[in-house]
Amino acid sequence: MCRMHFLIRGFVLTEFATISPKRMAMRRFLSHKAAVGSCVLLAIMVVAVILAPISARYGVNESVRKPPNTFLPPQKLAWFGTDDIGRDLYSRLIYGIRVSLIIGLFTAVISTVIGCVVGAVAGFRGGRFDDVVMRVTDLFLAFPFLVALLVIRNTLGSIGWLTAIIGDKSSVRFIVFLLSFFGWMGVARIVRGQVLALKEREFIEAARAVGATRRYIVRRHLLPNSIGPIMVALSFAVVGAITAESTLAFFGYGPQAGDGATSLGILVGAAKGAVQTGYWWIAVFPCFALVLISLAINFIGDALRDATDPRLDRGE
Amino acid sequence: MSELVLSIRDLRVTFDTPLGALEAVRGVDLDVHAGEMMGVVGESGSGKSVTFLAAMGLLPHQAKVSGSVMLNGQEMLGASNKVLRNMRGGLMSMIFQDPLSALNPVHRVGDQIVEMLKAHQPKMSDKDAAKRAVELLDIVGIPQAAERAHQYPHEFSGGMRQRVVIAIAIANNPKVLIADEPTTALDVTVQAQILEVVERVQKSFGTAVVLITHDLGVIARVADRVNVMYAGRNVEKGGVDSLFDHPSHPYTRGLLASLPHEGVERLTPIIGFPPNMLTPPPGCGFAPRCSHATDACLASLPSLRTFGDLETACIRAEELVVKAGLS
Amino acid sequence: MNQPLLQVENLVKNFELRANSGIRKTKRIVQAVSDVSFSLDKGQTLGIVGESGSGKTTVGRCILQLLDITSGTISFEGKTLGGLSFEEMRQIRRKMQIVFQDPFASLDPKMTVGSSIAEPLVVQGVAGNHEEKVASLLELVGLAADHAKRFPHEFSGGQRQRVGIARALALDPALIVLDEPVSALDVSIQAGVVNLFGDLQKRLGMSYVFIAHDLSVVRHIADRVAVMYLGKIVEIGDKKSIYEHPTHPYTKALLSAVPVPNPTTERSRSRIMLEGDVPSPVNPPSGCRFRTRCWKATELCASSEPQLVVRPTGQLSACHFPE
Repeated sequence: MCRMHFLIRGFVLTEFATISPKRMAMRRFLSHKAAVGSCVLLAIMVVAVILAPISARYGVNESVRKPPNTFLPPQKLAWFGTDDIGRDLYSRLIYGIRVSLIIGLFTAVISTVIGCVVGAVAGFRGGRFDDVVMRVTDLFLAFPFLVALLVIRNTLGSIGWLTAIIGDKSSVRFIVFLLSFFGWMGVARIVRGQVLALKEREFIEAARAVGATRRYIVRRHLLPNSIGPIMVALSFAVVGAITAESTLAFFGYGPQAGDGATSLGILVGAAKGAVQTGYWWIAVFPCFALVLISLAINFIGDALRDATDPRLDRGE
Repeated sequence: MSELVLSIRDLRVTFDTPLGALEAVRGVDLDVHAGEMMGVVGESGSGKSVTFLAAMGLLPHQAKVSGSVMLNGQEMLGASNKVLRNMRGGLMSMIFQDPLSALNPVHRVGDQIVEMLKAHQPKMSDKDAAKRAVELLDIVGIPQAAERAHQYPHEFSGGMRQRVVIAIAIANNPKVLIADEPTTALDVTVQAQILEVVERVQKSFGTAVVLITHDLGVIARVADRVNVMYAGRNVEKGGVDSLFDHPSHPYTRGLLASLPHEGVERLTPIIGFPPNMLTPPPGCGFAPRCSHATDACLASLPSLRTFGDLETACIRAEELVVKAGLS
Repeated sequence: MNQPLLQVENLVKNFELRANSGIRKTKRIVQAVSDVSFSLDKGQTLGIVGESGSGKTTVGRCILQLLDITSGTISFEGKTLGGLSFEEMRQIRRKMQIVFQDPFASLDPKMTVGSSIAEPLVVQGVAGNHEEKVASLLELVGLAADHAKRFPHEFSGGQRQRVGIARALALDPALIVLDEPVSALDVSIQAGVVNLFGDLQKRLGMSYVFIAHDLSVVRHIADRVAVMYLGKIVEIGDKKSIYEHPTHPYTKALLSAVPVPNPTTERSRSRIMLEGDVPSPVNPPSGCRFRTRCWKATELCASSEPQLVVRPTGQLSACHFPE
């Protein structure tokens, strides 16, 4: 495909309605069927989740009916069955996905912003500054993830005044903060790589030649031209955050079932008890939901990566 | 005229792009005789590279190729993979503009020549192949060939690398060597050296060389015959002296006039741009830019015809000669 | 007395190659530009020719202070550059601009062509309606005003180069450095752009530093020519002297190597074929840097570096055995 682009490059396409690079990227994205399907799926999920009180059939902690209502298999009363205290799994799944999506989204956005800033500044300034910043990044990367999380969680959680800002140990806010704190490194590296590559391009030198400040160049040229990889990183960060939250819940961190809260992680965590007992719906539906969300976001990420391939922006 | 080694007839290449069918080559006829240096001149979009990539069977499978390419009497288009493999590097070789990407960076230079030798002469012993590799490096003018054969591509400069590439290309004494802009990326003093190497190869081994370039100076220096291409077709053919002395096609004339030369205050560019090959003009490809174009020119595609000692695709060639007062 | 617009004195620019192996003991220094001096008067064009490794592109970047120079002085309109604050330099940047070689890389693919041309105005805080200025600039370079809304990928190489020129003109500079501005263009397009440079200079009176490896184009457009080899100027003088009576062996070899589009001339010319390749600027030869490829080289050339000396034909060249 690349070869063909090279061969076609010599041919001039001048008679054209203006197509901005954004629209070209959009077109390329839309040609990926799996990604489009994933978008639709996620959109449906998001809508269902936003309209939670309506789309869910029961409250989060509401019992389906008077006992006996525990461990009922999927039926008209409870579409996905009920759990150990008779709550409707379907409704809990909706609320759970909502919490997880919120965690995933916020974490992704915050860690991406941190990563962009760190990566762009390090890449553009270069030299010693870049070296130092990258070593710090490596340090963060080298920490065993779970161990670090546990340690941080316990230490920070016991500092009184911090709790007011970051939130209580088992709150959503805390989880978001925690995951962002350990999630920005990947984006930083990607953005730094992009900036390093773009830094030497002549249009950057042209901006310098007219007296543009560093800040202007980063804002006006470097970041817009890195949007592609940033969006891809963002999409994978969402998956990463949701998966991380699920992992943490598995170990008993984050929103806890005891408080009456729920998340996808909690529901997936509950699956470990259900496998041997034969209550298959407790495991299947939450896990299936997690897989579906991960796959969907992965497809979208891949399509974004193709759509924003800078080589294709040159009209080749 | 010596024997015909490469004969291309009515070659057409169309690429299937998301924006439609792109006709890169629209009916090219070409003859290359043994031992001659054929210059192919054209700018971007002329289809000059695509023509020979098609002849070598190197185009991606999305390309639709039709016509005939006869090499040494054998048809190459649509030939079996076995025939094509034998041809490439055996009967016909191609070298490209960037020597760095043509060489494998993790293999020694000598080994890469040996690989080429063994591919077409499998019975050759390792020892003989190694010896021949050093000889070839010597032929292309690499000093201390025996030691340098053990070096890696990055240890050579651009000009030296291109010599290595030529050595690989001529290893099996091909009948035809296609050189696609071999000196464009090189400094002008190095270009002179490489052209000298190519000429030497041509004269010593009787290899026919097709030199694809946009540089008319290079053509004037080394070519015997010239083929001018524009918008996927031939527009003029002839011996190098005749072509430069009395070019018959407005494009060729325009090209020559646009070059800086002595005593000229303002250069004469060719106005306009090469055509969009997704929707090429129905008539002569050059007509939209030609100051002599008539309705007949814009209406139908002209074919090559004999015009004195040249072949031209301009239907007004005679009139224009009279107009300009040329010989 | 009129002072020259641009004065470069003893310019030296070295690059340090970052040794990534972790062993910082041996630092390799690329001597890109070694003691280069020249001046440029208002309204004139100085051509700088050379091959790869000559340092000509680096000179262009140094003039514009896109690179920090190692030593030497560059004065523009009498004022010494280097050591100036960012703001002071920014003021001066209004008067000196650059056009790059690669028409594909010199425009931001995400910005419309109009935005790219207007960028100098935006960055410099120029008040007023930029749209009108952009439209007039587009027309000045031979494009249409409504092209401003389009994106770079919709244009051909020659058109993009014209956009780059329009951008360089936006602030009405007194000096434009042209860094191989036509090398990447088709031959028939080059002529139009070269003409444009000439026309603009006649109309607007700016000066050019024209950096190129194509000797025939430089001959057409330059008033004076400097020939560079491996970081040094080996010959400098007015165009006629350089092209008709070259005194430095390298200049002669260079002129001899350029193919002329005339088969009869080509066949009858005597050619000077240089041996070998350009040495690495990391370790340039001692004495005269050209001696490793020069047919006249003697021991003197290895031990003593020739200085630029005035020749009878008017130009300066640095050779112990000039032609």
